[in-house]
Amino acid sequence: MNRKNAWIARFTASVAIGIALLVAGSTTVKANDQSAANAEVKIDNFVFGPQTITVPVGATVTWTNKDDIPHTTVSTDGVFKSKVIDTDETFSFKFTKAGTYSYYCSVHPKMTGTVVVQ
Amino acid sequence: MNDKNNDLIDQKLQDLNNDGVDRRGFLKCMAWAGTGLVWTMSGGIPSSRAFAKGRGKEAGKGMDFSFVQISDSHIGFNKPANPDVTATLQVAIDKINALPQKPDFIIHTGDLSQLSKPSEFDTLDQALKGASAKQTYFVPGEHDMLADNGEQFLQRYGKGTKGSGWYSFDHKGVHFVGLVNVANLKAGGMGSLGHEQLEWLEDDLKGRSASTRIVLFAHIPLWTIYPDWGWGTDDSEQALSYVKRFGSVTVLNGHIHQIMQKVEGKVSFHTAMSTAFPQPAPGTAPSAGPMKVPADQLQRVLGITNVNYLVSGRSLAVVDSLLADSGSPASGSGSGAGGR
Repeated sequence: MNRKNAWIARFTASVAIGIALLVAGSTTVKANDQSAANAEVKIDNFVFGPQTITVPVGATVTWTNKDDIPHTTVSTDGVFKSKVIDTDETFSFKFTKAGTYSYYCSVHPKMTGTVVVQ
Repeated sequence: MNDKNNDLIDQKLQDLNNDGVDRRGFLKCMAWAGTGLVWTMSGGIPSSRAFAKGRGKEAGKGMDFSFVQISDSHIGFNKPANPDVTATLQVAIDKINALPQKPDFIIHTGDLSQLSKPSEFDTLDQALKGASAKQTYFVPGEHDMLADNGEQFLQRYGKGTKGSGWYSFDHKGVHFVGLVNVANLKAGGMGSLGHEQLEWLEDDLKGRSASTRIVLFAHIPLWTIYPDWGWGTDDSEQALSYVKRFGSVTVLNGHIHQIMQKVEGKVSFHTAMSTAFPQPAPGTAPSAGPMKVPADQLQRVLGITNVNYLVSGRSLAVVDSLLADSGSPASGSGSGAGGR
């Protein structure tokens, strides 16, 4: 193996390793994303917090009611609709399509929020 | 109705006419939160005064009939400040039964239940069986429409009603209209009556003589009290435009768990206390959630509303009284709608 070939071999190997790492890395990131993507919305003092959340496609959003009064989480265009969420109860919905989802509490419609799925 | 009260009514009307909002009166009304107040209806001039001990009998004199408004029983609620809302409802019913004049009926302005559960409605029904007035008229609150878009409520309390549960009836010359403003609420909005109900209301009132006394009742206030908390009804103005031609209109609401009053022309607005738990005055808390008060103070912020109607007189008297028996700090004041 001459110098040039050795260099090419080293280069190829390192690229290969690099690619392998990249692939592995991206897989890991993706796996992490999947769980990190699951988002929480707290209902507290008649407010959805955070009011707008951005999550990747496939993420599950969970709403938890911290008020002494029951609330609901209802998408304005009918995509999802929770049952009554009483104190400390939760409602989860998995977003499988990209888009902007506006929602509100059908009991207290002044309460509104948005889930951005991208 | 004595002269002093009439003077107060005149004074208040003047205040209202001057700037539209009677600040002093508003503050006074605020001071009433958690106190007693009786409405007396006299021929188009609704007025109110404190329901003080010893005046009950006098208040009962010459009344052609009276009815009681109760509201926001929230049966099923079990958190501070009231872990036993059934007990306080019972106190309210005892209070009704102790009235010097037996009311002809009860109006419940919604939020009978906390979660629209059959067991909660059962408990309320059971408690009301013990009331001296055997007939109760209901309109739903948002808590009564939670599980099933109000199906359960309609089955139990909405026989013969239209749409999501609205209806009207006549009693001894007074026309009562029960409205529903908690159904199909829109994102970002407040209470809503909806097109269909408004059309029905217009039709229901059409052809009635302008001298007919009108009582409108609904859960969420039909006047805007505090939009940030949704304390109002988006399309109430249209409803109110249909009653403008009548000489005496009384609007009874619940939802905000405290007494508020306003007079606009011939229309007199009033909200009742809850039988379950108080809510904060508008803007005084981060949200409209239940207000926590010490246990020994609870019955001073809960109550019932007794409405006396005098055919021979000129006013409808609405008296709110606390569940707590004594120590009411209430001082009376008149507020009137001109029967002009």
